Amino acid sequence: MATPNSPLWEVFIRSRNGLAHKHVGSLHAADATLALQAARDIYTRRGEGLSIWVVPSSAITASDPSEKGMMFEPAESKIYRHPTFYDVPDEVGHM
Amino acid sequence: MTAASIQVSEPPLVLYTLRRADDALILGHRLSEWCGHAPAMEEDMALANMGLDLIGQARELYIYAAKVEGKGNDEDKFAYLRDVRQYRNLLLVEQPNGDFARTMTRQFFYAVFADLYWRAMMMSRDATLAAIAAKAEKEFAYHVRHSSEWMIRLGDGTDESHRRVQIAADDLWAFTGEMFVVDDAERGLIDAGIAVDPASLRPRWLKTISEVLSEATLTIPQNDWMQKGGRIGHHTEHLGHLLSELQSLQRSFPGATW
Repeated sequence: MATPNSPLWEVFIRSRNGLAHKHVGSLHAADATLALQAARDIYTRRGEGLSIWVVPSSAITASDPSEKGMMFEPAESKIYRHPTFYDVPDEVGHM
Repeated sequence: MTAASIQVSEPPLVLYTLRRADDALILGHRLSEWCGHAPAMEEDMALANMGLDLIGQARELYIYAAKVEGKGNDEDKFAYLRDVRQYRNLLLVEQPNGDFARTMTRQFFYAVFADLYWRAMMMSRDATLAAIAAKAEKEFAYHVRHSSEWMIRLGDGTDESHRRVQIAADDLWAFTGEMFVVDDAERGLIDAGIAVDPASLRPRWLKTISEVLSEATLTIPQNDWMQKGGRIGHHTEHLGHLLSELQSLQRSFPGATW
């Protein structure tokens, strides 16, 4: 129900043990306050989160899928960027 | 209908607990009637969530009432096998959903009260009621926020939403007085520190109601004639219809499970 009065919002949740907010979905709401409440009602019903961000979808600048060759393929051949060529000391722990 | 109604003995603490349980069950059922019918999917979820909060509260309270009564009744029997005259809920919570504005107004009037009430009940000398209160208060705090935001947006929205929410506030106002009434059955519990005197909460209730209605550009209803009777089983015509739906399965197929 995308109307001028209920724009789309993207919802990000930080889970109980997660460090960062993760995108979980989107919803329609008239303003930021209602969007936050709707996010709580839709995306945290099973105890998923401790923090919520809502962002107007219109504020997101997205990459163009038709440009994925230019954007992402150059990285595919540079396997030396993966840290698999190094021995990581145990003391470093989780990276 | 083939299943007969149960008999309930109602010493003060049982009666007290059933009254609060019935408030929660009936309002929870009303909200559940919105499932699949709300103006938007987001609000459908919000209404169902609030309904589930209330039905959860009702369960805890019915379980406690059954324990105190000690006559072999249980939560299901209280919910499904009492007739309309045995229900003890406020008239406010049984009022039909009407349009979205009416449902939100009913929720707003009740939740502001219930939030104050259960917050005070956290100090009850009855440990079970105090524990139920601690859970309920958090749930109602959200119901207050959600319904308040909608009152403001509906009242200060379009001419049509303003008109509808003002009519709802005017119509439902006469059912708000019953929340603050104390009868002899509860006076003893209040004196014993088990229950809270609801009359003491009315100034704060009215303050919140007035602030939100003012922000919503709505007029605070002035009529002070109040309808009551729910606490002693004298209900409006709406509760019987609600119960016929809520109870139809257990009345027709006693003990049915799936």
